[in-house]
Amino acid sequence: MAEVTIEQLADDMFELVSKAAGQKKLKAGDLTKAMKEKYGDVPRADTKAAIKSLIDSGRCVYGYFGGSSIELPRVEGSANQ
Amino acid sequence: MADDLKTPLLDELEKGPWPSFVTDIKTLADKSEMAKDLLRQLEKSYEDKRGYWKHGGLVGVMGYGGGVIGRYSALPEEFPGVSHFHTVRVNQPSGWFYTSDALREIIDIWDEHGSGLYNMHGSTGDMVLLGTRTEELEPTFRALTEKGWDLGGSGSDLRTPSNCVGPARCENACFDTMEMAYKITHRYQDELHRPMFNYKYKIKMSGCPNDCTAAIARSDMALIGIWKDDIKVDQAEFAKYLDDGFNVQEFVVDKCPTGCIAVEGKQINIDNSNCVKCMHCINRMPHALSVGDEKGFAINLGAKAPIVEGALFASVIVPFMSIEDYKDEDSYEEFHDLLERIWEFWDEHGTSRERIGEFIERVSLATFLEGIGVEPSPKQVKAPRDNPYIFYEEYYAEEGEG
Ligand code: HEM
Ligand code: HEM
Ligand code: SF4
Ligand code: SF4
Repeated sequence: MAEVTIEQLADDMFELVSKAAGQKKLKAGDLTKAMKEKYGDVPRADTKAAIKSLIDSGRCVYGYFGGSSIELPRVEGSANQ
Repeated sequence: MADDLKTPLLDELEKGPWPSFVTDIKTLADKSEMAKDLLRQLEKSYEDKRGYWKHGGLVGVMGYGGGVIGRYSALPEEFPGVSHFHTVRVNQPSGWFYTSDALREIIDIWDEHGSGLYNMHGSTGDMVLLGTRTEELEPTFRALTEKGWDLGGSGSDLRTPSNCVGPARCENACFDTMEMAYKITHRYQDELHRPMFNYKYKIKMSGCPNDCTAAIARSDMALIGIWKDDIKVDQAEFAKYLDDGFNVQEFVVDKCPTGCIAVEGKQINIDNSNCVKCMHCINRMPHALSVGDEKGFAINLGAKAPIVEGALFASVIVPFMSIEDYKDEDSYEEFHDLLERIWEFWDEHGTSRERIGEFIERVSLATFLEGIGVEPSPKQVKAPRDNPYIFYEEYYAEEGEG
């Protein structure tokens, strides 16, 4: 299995979230599973750290609609539409 | 009270014998536009027979995926005071012990940043701060954390662990619920604030089978105190109950669910091998009877309310576990290992919005036990309490006859 950095995981996850925006709400589990499909057995701690970096950097935010999801930041109030 | 506040339908709710939330909210209506519009919108809901609240999917504080629940009015022009009405969950201290200073801290913060309305406490256990605007969320969070408070859980995360007062003031406590809730909360900060599960995961701790937190009915993981050896008996105190004219036969012996109590003269004899630890005899005669010495807790999984699928009660997965020193983080290894195996297996094979109880039902108990590495055993009783309250037919029948 090729070693994959946390930055690379975060970038890949960000790409998935961007592509899914407006179509499908991805959860932490979906992102983790996608990374496992792509890279084999990625340690759980690494996928967790990648998600953490996406959120803490502000590239993604948590959303909630019938379960928590990871989304692109949006203008507030859009949930009100 | 505000002159322009006319709520004839809500006023009906003040007429009964019980304290009314309408009366409570009215006391704030003069001071707070939020409280006033909350009542006005609710009155309109009662008139129109429909709700006017909307979810808000994307409010929160930086870095946290839980703790704030977004709510908006569907009629913001008519009720500007509740155009935003977000809920903030604040992680309660173990056992809900506060000093009055601590409560004043919260009140000052919420008077400044929110509606001034609370629900103490939510069924999650948190202090629930009801109603604020989006732009007040970060300032609220900052003010709370500066004083050492933190948000609780919401969404698909570990919900704020909650516990009964246990050894802090209850002689029935079979484990240190206070310390354990604290330890779990601190160890799993990421799981609490960064939703990473298929759905919510609630852990509640009750020190004995009286289950004052109703963990068996309300939590994905219910830790319920239990003892392995015999009920302790003080025969002299028992004799006093008889001497005082307490009807032991009717109120204790006949009510023991397994019929394992016998009285000979002024002696009580319990066949402990048949006792199911229902607590009834101990509750009725606390001076004479008490829980045993070999104490710990049972781990039960799978309770949930009827949202998405039907309601479930928890079932025993590990009949007995004990922790050597509740104050020592290292003593928790066996428990943490198990909890993490459970999460991992559920993560891997569960589906979106599937609670642990539904997951176990779908994959079967046998598969689940294998997946988490726990041996099957006849002690894994399904739904050991099928109702946390007493609603049995015979109780009604007895009343009717009496
Ligand atoms: C769109 C509108 C709303 C929806 C869909 C909604 C839904 C819910 C749900 C599903 C829960 C249970 C959460 C859990 O699983 O722990 C809950 C809890 C609660 N809600 Fe709401 N709610 C709404 C509006 C409100 C409003 C306007 C108020 C107060 C004015 C409110 C007060 C509460 C309180 C106090 C709890 C208990 C929290 C706890 O147990 O910790 N909700 N709500
Ligand atoms: C006839 C009317 C009502 C009945 C029979 C009723 C019954 C109940 C019951 C049985 C519970 C669960 C208590 C538990 O945790 O064991 C509950 C919780 C709750 N109810 Fe009501 N309720 C009524 C009206 C209302 C109204 C009008 C409101 C608010 C506007 C309200 C707000 C709540 C909240 C916030 C909780 C959660 C409290 C908590 O989690 O500690 N209820 N109610
Ligand atoms: S659950 Fe048991 S130990 Fe906890 S407060 Fe209730 S009676 Fe006491
Ligand atoms: S705890 Fe319950 S089952 Fe056990 S002896 Fe007392 S009444 Fe009977």
